[in-house]
Amino acid sequence: MISSFIFILLFSGGAIFFTINALKVRRNILLGKDINRKDQFSARLKIMTLVALGQKKMFERPIPAILHLFLYAAFVITQIELIEIVLDGSIGNHRMFRPLLGGFYTFMVSFIEILSVLAFIGTVAFLSRRNLLKVPRLVKNELNGWPKMDANLILISEIVLICFIFMMNGADEVLYSMGVSHAQNLGDGTLGLSISSYLGPILFGGMAEHSLHIIERIGWWGHIVMVLGFLNYLPYSKHFHILLAFPNVFYSNLNPKGQFTNMESVTNEVKAIFDPSFIPPLADPNVTMRFGAKDVTDLSWKQLLDAYTCTECGRCTSACPANITGKLLSPRKIMMDTRDRLMEVGKNIDSNKGEFKDDGKSLVGNYITPEELWACTSCNACVQECPVNIDPLSIIMDMRRYVVMEESAAPSELNGMFTNIENNGAPWQFAQADRLNWKND
Amino acid sequence: MSEPLNVPTMDEYMAKGESPEILFWVGCAGSFDDRAKKITKAIVKILNHAQVKFAVLGTEESCSGDPAKRAGNEFLFQMQAMTNINVMNGYEVKRIVTGCPHCFNTLKNEYPALGGSYEVVHHTQLLQELLDSGRIKIEGGSFKGKKITFHDPCYLGRANDVYEAPRSVMINLDAELVEMKRSKANGLCCGAGGAQMFKEAEKGNKEVNIERSEEALALNPDVIAVGCPFCNTMMTDGVKHFNKENSVKVLDVAELIAQANDL
Repeated sequence: MISSFIFILLFSGGAIFFTINALKVRRNILLGKDINRKDQFSARLKIMTLVALGQKKMFERPIPAILHLFLYAAFVITQIELIEIVLDGSIGNHRMFRPLLGGFYTFMVSFIEILSVLAFIGTVAFLSRRNLLKVPRLVKNELNGWPKMDANLILISEIVLICFIFMMNGADEVLYSMGVSHAQNLGDGTLGLSISSYLGPILFGGMAEHSLHIIERIGWWGHIVMVLGFLNYLPYSKHFHILLAFPNVFYSNLNPKGQFTNMESVTNEVKAIFDPSFIPPLADPNVTMRFGAKDVTDLSWKQLLDAYTCTECGRCTSACPANITGKLLSPRKIMMDTRDRLMEVGKNIDSNKGEFKDDGKSLVGNYITPEELWACTSCNACVQECPVNIDPLSIIMDMRRYVVMEESAAPSELNGMFTNIENNGAPWQFAQADRLNWKND
Repeated sequence: MSEPLNVPTMDEYMAKGESPEILFWVGCAGSFDDRAKKITKAIVKILNHAQVKFAVLGTEESCSGDPAKRAGNEFLFQMQAMTNINVMNGYEVKRIVTGCPHCFNTLKNEYPALGGSYEVVHHTQLLQELLDSGRIKIEGGSFKGKKITFHDPCYLGRANDVYEAPRSVMINLDAELVEMKRSKANGLCCGAGGAQMFKEAEKGNKEVNIERSEEALALNPDVIAVGCPFCNTMMTDGVKHFNKENSVKVLDVAELIAQANDL
């Protein structure tokens, strides 16, 4: 059948194109430095279940959490129906699970319909929060242009998708009651869907059979085209979080948040100073040695995965003491810049036969300014806030390390502090010999 | 009322061939900052009162390296850390109490990778322990009925998930403990962390400590309690900014306990 042929072509095309782009994202993420996050499997599974699957941190802010839960639940549960749609489309059947599953089928599709209505409400609420209510964290400067458009496009296409579902089911309900649906007639007079059995007759009742079939087909094809379109839009969008949230939380930092990474390369040098007989391990000649992070390739793969996972919700920025008090720093912008630069590096590699050609740019300088980096108080509020355990602070710290250790470009007061520590063992100009004087004050 | 402080050093203990139950890591602020020195003394008074066998490193103590590390100077941090670790390992230190959450965090979390593994507690955790075991008691209480709000230090709270120790210590004061809207895991920084203490803030429309003090003062407290010498400075400045220094005191949890016990 021609429609099956078109369907299989479309579906496999969509799947292949997505796979190619997803692999590119994976390649980009793996441009990052290695870091061990494969330990403590059961602790990781637990945190993924709670935070990603269970949305634990979302519920710190109940209103958006509930609205988001509508969309999330609808998205996850609808995947079951998608299996039927794919099989129907490939074989040329219609509602093939209905005769097999009976009442459970009606229950399942009805449940999906209720979730779809809730998702519709959620989506409209989200659009209003962005465009009418202008919730502060959703209208900050770093969202101007493409990020704002990206967010609205996603929400609008979700609404369109839901409309297609109800066109498909609603028209089919009317057709079924007329006894002319392509679904196998079980002699029950109605498909019994929770929403469409009411909505269908209201919207499409009294229409000609021919028109109803057209509406039903538009809904069916529209639905699957939207799903495939959406899937392929993901790698270009902030919306990739729907997939990456799970691995990103799984590979979370499980250490106390105050524990910053130890720089092994520095440890070897310091050990050699303390113990002249210590021989540092040979450095890998294939890896450029750099202290801290100048560009995205100096970051770890987890930090790059963080960047692709960020959905720009801005909870980090709204909790950041620097941002709250009007400083330039926005942790969300740190994540957005990291992804933008990584995508630029990826494109550079693609267009230069798999080799990165120096473009004279870097993350520090071209995307993120030292002023932003120096405004951070390292308070961990951004890390605490992130619903998918992204760590903007670690990126800020790695870039500070670069600015200080490679460029010697710390603010002058900090250089004074360094000198004091070096000379007196305290950040102020007090002699170490006076350290116990307080006792007799 | 005040007896002379008994502050033995590790060196003195070693000379006697003994070792203390705990090392009191005073920190740079606690050693040199005039305001923070009072907190140090309050901690010592409590330790003396509870007859805890403790010692300080005295002139052998050096900066933990925290501000250097947060400012990106990993090399200087590790130089400091290894110097301190050599001293402490030389004394076979097992357990440490710090008067500062920054030292606490660094010693507890960042020294092990460099060869210094100790059991490290913040002074509010030790206070809780001393109260729980009955080694100190809080009787009477000049803070009875007073309104106290606790400002969580980032490096004690979010950085190490210690939220209850300072609060459960203060419960004994018989005071009214009130929480700011942004507290515990959602606490707002005082503005001093990440080496900000040692530099001018970047351009903005407000200072972080003003934002935080405003939030605390909105509760009309008698006392803003803190657990960090840097938070203490920032909150004290913030209270002064609003001309409230006569009606609102900024005190460390250790000072509250010492004053309640008339030490």
